[in-house]
Amino acid sequence: MVTSITSFGRSGVSDWLVQRASAVVLLAYTLFIFGFLWLHPSLTFQDWQAFFANGAVKVFSLLALLSLCAHAWIGLWSVTTDYLTTRLMGAKATAIRLAVQLACALVTFIYFVWGIQILWGF
Amino acid sequence: MSNVSKERPVNLDIGTFKLPITSYVSILHRVSGVFLFAGTGLLLWLLANSLQSAQSYAELQESLSSVVAKLAIWLVLAALIYHSVAGVRHLIMDMGIGEDLEGGVLGAQFTLVCSIILALLAGVWIW
Repeated sequence: MVTSITSFGRSGVSDWLVQRASAVVLLAYTLFIFGFLWLHPSLTFQDWQAFFANGAVKVFSLLALLSLCAHAWIGLWSVTTDYLTTRLMGAKATAIRLAVQLACALVTFIYFVWGIQILWGF
Repeated sequence: MSNVSKERPVNLDIGTFKLPITSYVSILHRVSGVFLFAGTGLLLWLLANSLQSAQSYAELQESLSSVVAKLAIWLVLAALIYHSVAGVRHLIMDMGIGEDLEGGVLGAQFTLVCSIILALLAGVWIW
C-alpha cells in the first residue's frame, strides 16, 4: 500500500473520510452561528457572551475548531503536494514543500491553542 | 527511484489548455480554501475581541464600521460561502449524483450562481 509520511491519516481513504466528516461539522457550525446572528440583529455583549458561556455551544465550538484544524491540514497538504513538486519548483521542491507544510502545521496548532484560550478564557 | 529518469516528458501541459468551467470551480475551491486558512486568523481575532469584555466588544463594533473592515469580512464570508457551496456539491457527487459530464457542468454552473447570489446577500447583510 502506498503511504505518505506527511498525510494526516497516513492513507488516502482515511484523509478522504476525515475531510468529509469535518466538512459536515463545519457546515453545521457555520449555519448555527450565522443562524444565531441572523435571529439577533441587535445583539448585546451580554447576550453574545451568555451564548458562548453555554456548555453545549462551547463543546460544539471545540468540535468545529478540531474539525477546522484537521480539514485545513488535509486541504493544505493536498494543495502543497500538488503544486510544490519537482516539476513545478525544481530540485529544491521537497525542501520547500516540507518547509511550507511545517509552517501550515504550526499555524494550525496556533489556531487550535488560541481557539481553546478564547472559548475557555472569558 | 534513482534509476528512473527525472526528465521524463509531461504529457499534459495544463498551462496551454482552455479549461472547462468544472476546472475553474475546482481551482476556486482550492483558492478559497487557502484564503480561508488565513481568514481563520481574522475570525478568531473577531471572536476573541467580541468575548473578552464589554469594552472590547464596543471597540470592535466601532472598528467594524469602517469600509475596509466590512470589505475584509465580506471577502472572508464570500470565500466561506463559495467553499461551502462547492463542498456541498462534492458531497452530492460523492453520492453518485451529477458525476457525468453534463451533470458536472450543471453542478459547476449551479455552484457559481448560488455562491454569487449568497455572497451578494452577505454583502447586503454586512452593509
